Amino acid sequence: MSNINSSVELNAWRAELIKSYAPDRPLITVCGGTGCRVYGSEKVFNAFQEVISNQGLSVSLAYNVKETGCHGFCEKGPLVVIRPQGTMYTHVKVGDVPEIVTAIAEGKIVERLLYIDPQTDEVIQNEDIVPFYKNQQRVILDLNGLLDPLRIDEYIALGGYSALTKVLQSMSPEQVITEIKASGLRGRGGAGFPTGLKWELCRNQPGDIKYVICNADEGDPGAYMDRSIMEGNPHRVLEGMIIGAYAIGAHQGYVYIRNEYPLAVKHLIHAISQAEECGLLGENILGSEYDFRVQIKLGSGAFVCGEETALIASIEGHVGEPRPRPPYPSESGLWGNPTNINNVKSWASVPIIIDKGSDWYSSIGTETSKGTMIFSIVGNINNTGLAEVPIGISLHELIYDIGGGIPNNKAFKAAQIGGPSGGCIPAEHLDVPIDYKSLTSLGAIMGSGGLVIADEDTCMVDFARYFMKFTQEESCGKCVPCRIGTKAMLETLERICAGEGQSDDVEYLIEVGQAIKLSSLCGLGQTAPNPVLSTLQYFRDEYEAHILEKTCPAKVCKGLITYAIVAENCPGCMVCLRNCPSGAITGAKQEVHVIDPELCNRCGLCMSLCKFDAIMVT
Amino acid sequence: MIHLTIDDHAIEVPEGRTLLEACREYNIEVPTLCYHPSLEPFGACRLCMVEYAQPPHPSKLVAACVYPCEEGAVVSTHSESVRNSRRITVELLLSSAPNDPYLLQLAQEYGVTDVRFRMPEENLCVVCGLCVRACNEIVGVRAISMINRGISKEVSPPFKVISPTCIGCGACVLICPTGSIKLKDVIGYRSIHFAESDIERVYCQICSDIDLQPTLVKDIETLMQNRTGHSINKKEL
Amino acid sequence: MQIPIVEIYEIINKEARKGGSLISALEEIQTRYRYLPREALILASERLDVPLSQAYAVATFYNAFSLKPKGKHCFQVCVGTACHVRGSPQVLDHIETKLGLKAGETSHDHMFSLETVNCLGACALGPIIVTNGEYSGQMNAKKSDTLLRRIFRAEGLDKNE
Repeated sequence: MSNINSSVELNAWRAELIKSYAPDRPLITVCGGTGCRVYGSEKVFNAFQEVISNQGLSVSLAYNVKETGCHGFCEKGPLVVIRPQGTMYTHVKVGDVPEIVTAIAEGKIVERLLYIDPQTDEVIQNEDIVPFYKNQQRVILDLNGLLDPLRIDEYIALGGYSALTKVLQSMSPEQVITEIKASGLRGRGGAGFPTGLKWELCRNQPGDIKYVICNADEGDPGAYMDRSIMEGNPHRVLEGMIIGAYAIGAHQGYVYIRNEYPLAVKHLIHAISQAEECGLLGENILGSEYDFRVQIKLGSGAFVCGEETALIASIEGHVGEPRPRPPYPSESGLWGNPTNINNVKSWASVPIIIDKGSDWYSSIGTETSKGTMIFSIVGNINNTGLAEVPIGISLHELIYDIGGGIPNNKAFKAAQIGGPSGGCIPAEHLDVPIDYKSLTSLGAIMGSGGLVIADEDTCMVDFARYFMKFTQEESCGKCVPCRIGTKAMLETLERICAGEGQSDDVEYLIEVGQAIKLSSLCGLGQTAPNPVLSTLQYFRDEYEAHILEKTCPAKVCKGLITYAIVAENCPGCMVCLRNCPSGAITGAKQEVHVIDPELCNRCGLCMSLCKFDAIMVT
Repeated sequence: MIHLTIDDHAIEVPEGRTLLEACREYNIEVPTLCYHPSLEPFGACRLCMVEYAQPPHPSKLVAACVYPCEEGAVVSTHSESVRNSRRITVELLLSSAPNDPYLLQLAQEYGVTDVRFRMPEENLCVVCGLCVRACNEIVGVRAISMINRGISKEVSPPFKVISPTCIGCGACVLICPTGSIKLKDVIGYRSIHFAESDIERVYCQICSDIDLQPTLVKDIETLMQNRTGHSINKKEL
Repeated sequence: MQIPIVEIYEIINKEARKGGSLISALEEIQTRYRYLPREALILASERLDVPLSQAYAVATFYNAFSLKPKGKHCFQVCVGTACHVRGSPQVLDHIETKLGLKAGETSHDHMFSLETVNCLGACALGPIIVTNGEYSGQMNAKKSDTLLRRIFRAEGLDKNE
C-alpha cells in the first residue's frame, strides 16, 4: 500500500487488483461478526487456515480463507459460505472443518451442515435462496459477507472509493448535495430528516471551521446493525463521511462510537489508518486540494449521548446533557461551529447513491420514504438476524418470510419497533407497510430499526415496564418531566406488576405520559412514554387484568403468579428441592414435593430444572 | 425588529430576544423556576412552556426561556395544553419539595389537587441548576457541579466532601429558589450545607489563607524524581 | 490499596500530549484499573485544566466509570430487549441470589462484581452473560449456576454447596 496521488492511480490499482483475483478459486468466508464470535467462529476460522496449510503449499494457494464481517443470519452461526457457489453451512464447529475442506476439493457438499427450512423441511444449499436472504434487498450490507474488513484493497477491488474519485474528479460540493437530495435519503438514526437538506443547511452556514460527525452510539437495546456495518465494512462509512464532509466544507470528522463495541472500534481504527496511508484521508486527498481527517471518540455508556446535542457535549468532554434547540448543530454545534451529524447507515448509503445514481436509489422504497432500511429482528423469532429490506414492505413479510415466524408454535403477540422510543404493533396491523408515516400513525417509530418480536408468553405490562426502566435509568436528569416523570411512571408500572395497581393508574400513566412527551427537553424524554402509551392503546385489557383482577395473563409478573407442583407428574427426584435458592420446596425422595408460596421467590429455577413437567405456574 | 403575536397582542422586540424576555417586557406572566436574568438560560424546569406556532406549521410546546422570538410567530402562554403541561410539571416538582411556597402557589393556580407520586426522600433541591450556574458564571470558581444522572442527579462539591475552590461567597445560597442550601457564619469560619447533609466546610478566604488546593502535583514531582533520578521541568507538569 | 500515582499520571500525560479530552483520559484509567481512584480525577483535572467539579460530574454521569474498585470476577448480565424477552430477568435474579449481590454491587471481599449491561448486540444468543470479558450465550438459571459453580470452585469457595 502506498500513497495514491490521483484518481487515475486509484483506478489503475483497482484494475490490477481485479486482474489478480481468480474467480474460480474457492473462497471460504467465515462470518466474524460479534454474534458468530460468541459461537466460536474465530476457532473455526483458525481451523480452516490450519487444515489448509497442513495440506501443503500447493493446496493452500488453491484456497482463499477469509474472516468477514457479519453475514446477518446470526441465529445460525457460526456461518461459513463457500464461494463462488454460495454454499452456506450453518452452526459450523471446528470438528466440521476437515470435512468441509475435503468436500470442496472433491466438488461435494456436506449435506448435514446445510440449512433446512423449518417450514418446508427442504434442504437449501445456496445462501441466496435461503428465505432469510432471498426476501431481502441488501444494499448497505451487500459486501459484508465478501470483504475482509481489515483490508482496504478488498474494498477497493469491489468498487470501493470509486464514489469518492467521482466526487473529487467531477462534482462540485453543490452537485453532491443536489444528488443526495434527489435520492430522497432520510436520516437513518430515527428522526428521518432529509439528509441532503441537512447538509445544505450546514454548508450554507458562515464560517471556515465545520465538522461532520458519525453517530455510532447505537444504544437502542436490541439493535445492532450499525455495529455490523462498522465491523464488516468500515471503509464504506469512512467514504461516505469524506464525501459528505467535502459537500459541506468540513475538514475534520469524528466517529462517536459505543465502547461496548470493541470489534467495531478496532476495525474502524484500522480502516482510518489504512485510508491515511493510502492518501484517502489527510491532506490533498487523491491529489486534490481537499483535506479531511477523522478521529474516533468513545462513548462511555450513556444512551442519551445518541441525542445530537448530548453527543456534542460528550465529545467536548462534558457530561452528556442535551441543550435546547435552536440553535441546531448545523448552526452552532461542536465547539460552537456548524456541525453535521448523521447515523452510520446514512453515511454508508452515501457512496452507493453517488455510485449508482439518485434515480436508482429513489426507485427503492415508497413515495415518501426512499431506499432500504436494516432491521435487527430479535426476541421470540426463529431467524434472529439483520435484514435489509426496501422501505415499505409489510411487517408480516419481515416477521414471517424473513424472520421465519415464532418459535415453539407460540402465537405472535406484538412487534416492538423503534426501541425505548418506539411502540408496539399488534397482530391486526401486521399488514401495514413499514415507512416513517404509517409507523408514526400507529404509535411506533421507525427509529434505528430495532424490531423485537414478543410472543404470547410476553406480558405487555412487564414489557412496557422494562422500557420505562431503561429510559428512566438513562435519563440525564436535566429537565423535570423526564427526570421525575419517568420515575413516577416507572413506579406506577412496578406497582401494577407487583399486584398493587389502583383503578386510576391507567389514567395517571396517560396523563403524565402525554405531558412528558410534550414538555421534555430532548428526544429521549419526548419519546420515553411511547412504549407505555402504545401498549395501553393496544393491550389495555392486560393492564386491567393486572389492576382489577390481580392476574398476569402471560404469567410473567412475579407478584401475581404462584409456582406449584403437579402431583401426578412429580416422581420426587429432589432436583428442584436441592436447587431452590430460597429453600421453599419440601419433600423426600420418591415423594411428591411441595412448594411453600410464602418462601418461594418466584425465580423459576425449579421449572427450568424439572425434567418431568411437574411444576406449573398459576 | 421582530414582530410576533403573544396571547393576541402584537409585539415588537429586537432580534435575539427569547420569548420569555419578550413576555417580561410586555408584562405577560410566565412562571419560571430555573431562570435568572443574570445567568445563561438553561431550559430545565419546563415551567415556562408556551405554545408556539409558525403558521402554517402546527403548534408545539417550547420553553420560553430559551426559545428565540421569530418573525410571524404566534404564541400562547395560557392555552389548554400549556396549562396541562404546567400542572403536571408542578405536581412532579411538588413530589420533591412538597412545602415550597412558590410551588404551592403555582399548584393552586394550575389546579393541582393531589400529588400522586412521592419521591423516596423529600429533598428541597429541585435540581434547577441555578446555584451551579451562579458559581460558574458569576463567581467563576466552579466549586460545585451537578453529579450523577437521572433521578439521582444532585448538586455537590467534588467527592461530596470539600471543594478546594469554594471561596464561601454564598452566591449559591442567595440564588437557591427553594432554600435548600444553608449557610452558617461563626467568626472566621463559614459553612455551607447542601440539602440536609453537612458536606461542605470551607475556610473563608477573606479571613483565612489556609490553602486547600490539592498538593498532589508536588508529590508526583518527588516520586518521579526518585524514579528517574532527575528533576522534571515543572512546566511539563 | 496502593494507588499507582506515577503510572496514572503518565496515562494522563500521554492523553494530554495527544490532545485528548478528560473523558478519553478517564476511559484509559478506567480500563487499566477498572475504577477511577480519587487521585486520578484530581490529577486529570489539574493536568488537563478542567475544573475538578466538572471532572467529578463526568465521572459520576457515565456508566462506564466507577469510583469504587471492582471485584476480581465481574459478571455482566445483558438486559437488552432481546435478552429480556428471552428470560434474562430470571438469570439476573438467580445470580443475584447466588452471589448475594444486587446488580451494580461489589462483594465486600472484592471477589465479585455484578453488573447489568444494555445490549451487547449478540441478540441471537440471548440471554447473554459476560464473565470477565468472556461471552456465554443462551443462558438460563441452570446454566448460569454451572457457570458460577466453576468460578467458585476455581476460587476454592464452596458458596454453592
